[in-house]
Amino acid sequence: MTARLWNRKTRAALLILPLALFIGIFFVWPLGIMVKQSVLDDAVLHLLPRTTEAIAGWDRTAPPTEAMQAALIADLRAADDEKAVGDMVRRLNSAQSGYRTLMTKTLSAVAKPETGPLLTDVDKRWAQPAFWIAIADALEPMTDRYLLAAVDLERNKAGEIAGLPDGASANRTIFIRTFWIAAVVTFFCVLIGYPYALLTAASTGITRTILLTAVLLPLWTSLLVRTAAWFILLQEQGLINGFLLSMGAISSPLPLIFNRTGVVIAMTHVLLPLMVLPIYSVLLTIPTNLMPAATSLGAHPLRAFLHVLLPLSLRGVISGALLVFMTAVGYYITPALVGGAGDQMISSVIAFYSTQTANWSMASALGIVLLVITLILYVVYVQLSGRTSVNGRM
Amino acid sequence: MAGKLISAVFGVLAVCFLLLPLVVILPLAFTSSQFLIYPIPSFSLRWFEELFTTPVWRDSIVNSLIIGAGTTILATVLGVLAALGLREKLNFISAPLNTVFLLPMVVPAVVLGVGMQILYAKLGLSSSYAGIIIAHTVIAIPLVIVSVANSLQGMDTRLELAAASLGAGPAATLRHVTLPLAFPGIMTGAVLAFAVSLDEVVLNIFLAGPGQRTLARQMFATLRDSISPAIAAAAFLFIAGTVLLTLLVLLARRRFSGAR
Repeated sequence: MTARLWNRKTRAALLILPLALFIGIFFVWPLGIMVKQSVLDDAVLHLLPRTTEAIAGWDRTAPPTEAMQAALIADLRAADDEKAVGDMVRRLNSAQSGYRTLMTKTLSAVAKPETGPLLTDVDKRWAQPAFWIAIADALEPMTDRYLLAAVDLERNKAGEIAGLPDGASANRTIFIRTFWIAAVVTFFCVLIGYPYALLTAASTGITRTILLTAVLLPLWTSLLVRTAAWFILLQEQGLINGFLLSMGAISSPLPLIFNRTGVVIAMTHVLLPLMVLPIYSVLLTIPTNLMPAATSLGAHPLRAFLHVLLPLSLRGVISGALLVFMTAVGYYITPALVGGAGDQMISSVIAFYSTQTANWSMASALGIVLLVITLILYVVYVQLSGRTSVNGRM
Repeated sequence: MAGKLISAVFGVLAVCFLLLPLVVILPLAFTSSQFLIYPIPSFSLRWFEELFTTPVWRDSIVNSLIIGAGTTILATVLGVLAALGLREKLNFISAPLNTVFLLPMVVPAVVLGVGMQILYAKLGLSSSYAGIIIAHTVIAIPLVIVSVANSLQGMDTRLELAAASLGAGPAATLRHVTLPLAFPGIMTGAVLAFAVSLDEVVLNIFLAGPGQRTLARQMFATLRDSISPAIAAAAFLFIAGTVLLTLLVLLARRRFSGAR
């Protein structure tokens, strides 16, 4: 018997194995790489291998040794990646001002074979420890600067965490904007979705079928099709403006697209089913005779609703709201198409760093912040709704 | 009475809000105009012609079909095997694995896109069909697992025991009892996997080269710069495809339950 049980367990494990490997390699590993990429900083390390060795024993206060100077000259001569050198100079210059001019001078001097072995002959500044401290810091393979920069923080000269100077970065603004848009969309989804779910649960027969179909059809329709449809409705010569103009309600077209209004309308439409369905499924579990019972005992219908139906259905509302908010926070397609420049959410910043500038460290750091936020919301959602599956697509 | 009227008005308005966008886009697929606007001057099939003759659109349709088919096969095979294995309670393994298998549905597509872009650069999978099919499979897996697990859960396990007691080996039981019974769930999972792949844009932006542009990606790009009614025609194809697939599933299920 135990042998057979063992057999069954082994077989089950073997059945799971292919997917476990697949998900491990193509889902868990990429997320792990992102974490590593966001704290790893070995660009300068790769560029200056000899200097790394020579600088190891240096005490950061003594004048630079001859070995360090010779190693840096050798490394700069060997560096053939102009972009990487440029990045390094920019980085050193932000740690120690004056580096840009110093490096320009040094690089052209190093290009001549007769230069060396002492850098102090090229420029007096190479004798100052401050310039070498900047290099030593840049050689550290681990950094928290990307993660800090993701939330507009940096380490100042003394190594303490401090806010970035105003106007230097807008990540925090965009995070706040992302939460704000997600919150507004969630609010409208509750506003429409809750009464809609109540109506659906209270209706019967054909009415219920129509109401349910109206929620499910958009859910099954391609996100792109739905966004394109809102494009048609909201544009300047679109149906909504055309209708309002012909009714005489407005005299010139309302700006409905490429702004916040458009984003909120389209996202509310896209996410509304995710709000209605959890509430509806909770409402179905509530006995239908509770409300009549409350009113028959003399409660005003509003009072009966507030004291009976609302508390009982609140669980559905909260899980629906979490689901909508969680999905909205990571949205990319809809804001990219119907939003303006001021409505882009954090996803578009991540996409910009990753696909436009190939700044994977910054993209990873921002991605991790977004991932952590999403996972926290998901854990709360699972705790509340007691299930692990989500019905919805991004 | 007033309450009834208010809820009726609200119901009608809400249904309009939900369905109007889907309704307005369909007729524009048949417009003869250059623009994606109403009123439609006259009807024509020129935008479908554009869709099937212009290389960018035609290639993107072919790519969508190739990638969708690849994703469906890979996700269904991996998902069905794992769902079968997950029926057995394995200490300390089943529950965490189940969670991890469902997580791709939760992680924002952009986050996954960044991670996979870096991984693909290391593995040399960037701008390849295999790379896109793998990426789409990752996000399709949760749906396959959920639908197959649902149909396996509703299954009477005594049927399998009966088959085994009649002398059927594990393989025969699987082939002649378990898989046929789970067929509706497998079918649903496969169709959902195809639908996810068809609709996916974000991972395609991060991972695909010009050679793997899908129809959805092409629609996204077109909506961004030159808004042409070809989008409406593509949307029509999407909706028609969805309806067709849904009918296919329903038909397969009905035929199957009829045969039982």
